[in-house]
Amino acid sequence: MAKVVLKLGDDISTDIIYPGRYMATVLPSETPQYAFADLPEFNSKLRSGQIPPGSVIVAGKNFGCGSSREQAASCLKGYDLIVVAKNFARIFMQNAINLGLRLVVCPEIEAEEGDELEILPDKIINKNSGREFKVEPLPKARQAIIDAGGLIAYTRQRLLARAASRKKV
Amino acid sequence: MAMTMVEKILARATGQKTARAGDVVEPKVSLAMSHENAALVINQFLEIYKDTGLKPKVWDPDKIAIILDHRVPAESAKTATNQKKIREFVAAQKIKKFHDIRGDEGGICHQILPENGYVLPGTVVVGTDSHTTTHGALGAFSFGIGATEMASVWALGQVLNVEVPKTIKVVAKGKFGRYVLPKDFILYLIGRISAEGANFKVLEYHGPAIQKMPTSGRLTVANMSVEAGATSGIFPPDEETLRYLKEEAKIKGPIDIFGPDPEAEYDQVIEINVSDLEPMVACPHTVDNVKPVSQIGRVKVDQIVIGSCTNGRLDDLAIAARILKGKKIARGTRMLVFPASFRIYQQALQLGYLADLVKAGAVVMNPGCGCCLGVHEGALGDGEVALSTTNRNFKGRMGNPRAEVYLCSPAVAAASALTGYISDPRKGGK
Repeated sequence: MAKVVLKLGDDISTDIIYPGRYMATVLPSETPQYAFADLPEFNSKLRSGQIPPGSVIVAGKNFGCGSSREQAASCLKGYDLIVVAKNFARIFMQNAINLGLRLVVCPEIEAEEGDELEILPDKIINKNSGREFKVEPLPKARQAIIDAGGLIAYTRQRLLARAASRKKV
Repeated sequence: MAMTMVEKILARATGQKTARAGDVVEPKVSLAMSHENAALVINQFLEIYKDTGLKPKVWDPDKIAIILDHRVPAESAKTATNQKKIREFVAAQKIKKFHDIRGDEGGICHQILPENGYVLPGTVVVGTDSHTTTHGALGAFSFGIGATEMASVWALGQVLNVEVPKTIKVVAKGKFGRYVLPKDFILYLIGRISAEGANFKVLEYHGPAIQKMPTSGRLTVANMSVEAGATSGIFPPDEETLRYLKEEAKIKGPIDIFGPDPEAEYDQVIEINVSDLEPMVACPHTVDNVKPVSQIGRVKVDQIVIGSCTNGRLDDLAIAARILKGKKIARGTRMLVFPASFRIYQQALQLGYLADLVKAGAVVMNPGCGCCLGVHEGALGDGEVALSTTNRNFKGRMGNPRAEVYLCSPAVAAASALTGYISDPRKGGK
């Protein structure tokens, strides 16, 4: 079971998730402190450990639109949050998959802060309203990266395979 | 099989006869661009090689470009240290397409790439910046990726697991009216199809109004295609593309160009008669909140920004200078100008545009992104309003979530500087 800790609307940009002024901070170990920095109440809950890993952010359409900054994915991954949205902007979705941040595409999702969600591969059950919402699969092109546990691991496999095939020749 | 522009490019980049929307491909990359976030790319690149026994070496140093532009000159010790780390990596890996903070060859990445002839039609370009869509203006398939994805490209020379995108064909007819610019065209299109209207798709631009559009305007349109969610905006190369590449980018020798097949399959076709357009304004806090300038009402402006990778090219500065020459910017309104590169800065200096702007009261800044993304060089105060020729107006964008940003063309920005209110340039700055 996963609890909704933040509910957001449509078109949540990477400037909301990780404001541009903190972009000099790049390391995944350091970015979480600035997650939703312009929503000070939520940011302080995150930083003070009041949000347990596996908690859910629910959003509308086009979550993560805007900049390609990977900090917007790494700062949420740092708290092991799950983002459930009606859909995601392309670059944010790819960054999230590359870093292993869990995203769920759920075009009809309706949930409020405090609701408990059961997230299954094909649907989400909102335990508070009793309603079920269909989940759409992530792009099939990215499945190999998800399976490898992220893009660093996947690229490493590919690099080693390439080096091995060169050695054989 | 008939192919769209992007299908043709991806077929070539994968050494196959065809590529079709929905196929999963791993195209070879012709150019991989980064800016200050190269500091993170370096970190992830080294992470890939960790415990492999392999020496971290980029696949091809001649195909990597790094341009320092986002926080120049450095606004903090942290940034300066990241920039130093990038310089050391560039030297160690022998990367030559490196543009440091210099008045002779520096500038914003999305102007440095085209003006130096780094982008060729029909190639695959990736950049760790969402506005990498810009380079579709020259007929490349050019798109933004994250830092870890770039680290993977540096290692392998390919982008892994790319789904060939569907394409929306945009056909522009008619003739642009006085003071109606390519910026107004792209703002109108984003307003019409919404900020997610082209998500995971490519916008391919056609029609007589596009054929007459100079490359500078095409760069503006391609730049902002991402604001409709597009993976890329692309202009099939033509005579104007060749002119730009030879005359301005100084490419010598033959340039191979090709367009989409006439029978290519499109996701949808959008027709726009540009004769009907008027100057447009994107209102806070989303880029698709677009209205004609005539419907804006009386909006007082505290800060005007002209420039950036969107509208900091020579013709943009020329329009602003023409409107402001011999006049004064309204008291209570300040204006900042960011040329897109130092080459443009020098040209605008020689042609007298910068003098016209400064005498009117504008402050000419160094080429860079700091103001647009709210890092430094022009943050907004609480409750202040900016009118900017940049590409984003998200909440918090110019460094303050309690301020508002409106987006427009350089003509609207300059006309508004004279009045202190958002104004229609066709009315001679009322």
